Amino acid sequence: MNRRIGGFALLFCILTTGATAMEEHEPNYVFFQADQFEYRTQDGDDSLKWDAQGWVGGDYEKLWLKTEGTKRIGGEVEDAEAQLLYSRLLTDFFDVQAGLRYDPKPNQQRSFAVFGLQGLAPQYFEVDAAAFLSNEGELSARFEAEYELLLTQRLVLQPSFEVNLAAQDTKERGLGAGVNDIELGLRLRYEIRREFAPYIGVNWERKLGQTADIARDEGEDINVPSLVAGIRFWF
Amino acid sequence: MRKFRFLLTTLFTLITGSGAFAGTYDLTVDEMRAGYDRGERLTMAINGQIPGPTLRFREGEEVTINVTNKMDTDTSIHWHGILLPYTQDGVPGISFPGIKPGETFTYNFKIKQAGTYWYHSHSGLQEQEGMYGPIIITPASREPYKYDRDYVVMLSDWTDEKPEAILDHLKKNSDYYNYAQRTVGTFFKDVSEKGLGATLKDRADWGKMRMTPTDISDVSGYTFLVNGKSAAQNWTGLFKPGERVRLRLINGSAMSYFDVRIPGLKMTVVQADGNNVQPVPVDELRIAVAETYDVIVQPKEEKPFTIFAESLDRTGYARGTLAPKAGMSGEIPALRPRPQLTMADMGMDMGGMDHGAAPGAATAPAMNHGAMAGMDHGAMPGMDQPDSQSGIAPKAAKPGGKVLVYGDLKAMKPYAEYRAPDREIEMKLTGNMQRYFWSIDGVKFSDAEPIRLKYGERVRFTFVNQTMMSHPMHLHGMWMQLDTGKKKFNPLKHVVNVPPGQTLSVDVPADAMGEWAFHCHLMYHMATGMMRKVIVEGPVAANMEMGHE
Repeated sequence: MNRRIGGFALLFCILTTGATAMEEHEPNYVFFQADQFEYRTQDGDDSLKWDAQGWVGGDYEKLWLKTEGTKRIGGEVEDAEAQLLYSRLLTDFFDVQAGLRYDPKPNQQRSFAVFGLQGLAPQYFEVDAAAFLSNEGELSARFEAEYELLLTQRLVLQPSFEVNLAAQDTKERGLGAGVNDIELGLRLRYEIRREFAPYIGVNWERKLGQTADIARDEGEDINVPSLVAGIRFWF
Repeated sequence: MRKFRFLLTTLFTLITGSGAFAGTYDLTVDEMRAGYDRGERLTMAINGQIPGPTLRFREGEEVTINVTNKMDTDTSIHWHGILLPYTQDGVPGISFPGIKPGETFTYNFKIKQAGTYWYHSHSGLQEQEGMYGPIIITPASREPYKYDRDYVVMLSDWTDEKPEAILDHLKKNSDYYNYAQRTVGTFFKDVSEKGLGATLKDRADWGKMRMTPTDISDVSGYTFLVNGKSAAQNWTGLFKPGERVRLRLINGSAMSYFDVRIPGLKMTVVQADGNNVQPVPVDELRIAVAETYDVIVQPKEEKPFTIFAESLDRTGYARGTLAPKAGMSGEIPALRPRPQLTMADMGMDMGGMDHGAAPGAATAPAMNHGAMAGMDHGAMPGMDQPDSQSGIAPKAAKPGGKVLVYGDLKAMKPYAEYRAPDREIEMKLTGNMQRYFWSIDGVKFSDAEPIRLKYGERVRFTFVNQTMMSHPMHLHGMWMQLDTGKKKFNPLKHVVNVPPGQTLSVDVPADAMGEWAFHCHLMYHMATGMMRKVIVEGPVAANMEMGHE
């Protein structure tokens, strides 16, 4: 555990030093955005969910931090992950990203190597696709897409989609080979300022395939709809 | 106290200037609190005023300008459009190291030209803070037009934000300031006007490019000023009916283009960027950032006339009044709707257009600019008349009214050394709107090699605008002879506006040794990379005399 954190810190130092050395001639900017910071109600089993990203860097090279997780209300952090990535502008609209992911929760901890693409696809879809290789040799992948539909200049409806895939069974993490789960969201936010927007919405998580079978065997829900309310903010 | 000292200096200048034909001017740069309708903020100003004092020079004068920096950050003053030794041009990192806190830098140069110009800081984003002012140069010989009154009308954009905050916002969210984006509402409006099929196709076309037709300006929230006064404060110039009034329009904005008109009056354009042109009567003109136009108007009725300058994005207007007596106010027209870009502005979908006198103009510039190289006439759509396919080409507010286009500009005097250019350099104007950085030929200033010219050669620069924004391109130290197809009567300019998707050419006589800046004059475009250094080199011996490699 400590060794992992130490390794992470070392990597962080290498990446930051590398990024600053390469872009000495241009100013660096610092960005942080909580896209989701919300309360989820689901049949008396409420939780707090966060999904945030930040970066430091210039136009071509950035150091990215991505984190997401869930905390049970009155309980503990159920799942959490953090990614630290070196990101480089590949085309006008896409960055290629590589780095590490660490999941402190659930209890069967893992570290992953990450390789991904993030950017704006035609027709204004924000997409993020990443492949993960764990320290146990397990391969998995995730694809996320978001769209922003402007109802007015400040009232924005944001549909979102996420799918997780795995190449093999990882029973101790409750994952089977194939499609693990999908998540659909629809959030309506009001941008009081660009940087600060409260929102309400609905979210639906569905486990699929063998992952669903495992969940059923353990008496877990495979179908988790919830109502959400939160604040999207950035600086 | 500062005002008093400035008065003294001016007086001194008047007395000594008239005898010795040399003048000394003192400018002090300091922080100051200033603001308009929404409270004050700490900003930067020259001699405690925004704009800075009007500098009045005479052609042939040896000027000495002491610029004292009282701030705790570096500064500079650049004399925009003035021909001078490059070490006096005031661009930190190119002409000199800048002016350190507490230091005084003394500029020294001989005035070789006449007309309306301006000056501004060339350090960081200071110009947007309020560091700009007008320059008027009286010609040595008589001017080819008469006027009874002479006013500077300096337009500018004031922001309540720190310019650094604006750039920070743009880097993180390039749509940050666009509150006129397409919505579900505009979708249904378009469906009802154009039909579902056309609307879907239009949305798909823009979506494919990941751009938006509402992208007219990068920054909003500005208060627009005339001579440092907001629309409510109403800058007023007095006249007696029948008098001819010369207005020296200067766009000292960081980011804002203006459509200028004076309802009820014809404006006769007599000068562009400080150079006399053959008079063109117009009802309206668009002034790009950093351009100047001198117009003469002749109000005959004893009533107030509104000088109305709408920003191109129609988020507001600058307004002043020409009035027979102080305190009067004319009618203020309504803002026109915000324009939207069309596919023609993106350099596409222009087949089958008829541009009349402009042969070759039907080729889409951004798609087929190679074919235009080597042409010796300005074949740009919109050069001789406003481009009818463009969504943002200027249109007169007055029905059937005349709006100024570049094709109208014809130099008053022929340029004696006019000849075909020795070579051509194509400059693609490029950028990444999403990540908000700008470039030339896809390379930012920080990564670019300088452009090297040989002293005495004549170089054609062809700008190919591959972006969706207009770019006012500014060359320091040398004229750009805008190719409007009038050969030796092509107008001399220090700024040329290149609309989105278009191509235009200028011929540059490389007649000034040294290192010069060449950039887009939209401040945040320059700051994020749309800039080059131009080095004019002579034979080796001459270079050594000049003291660089």
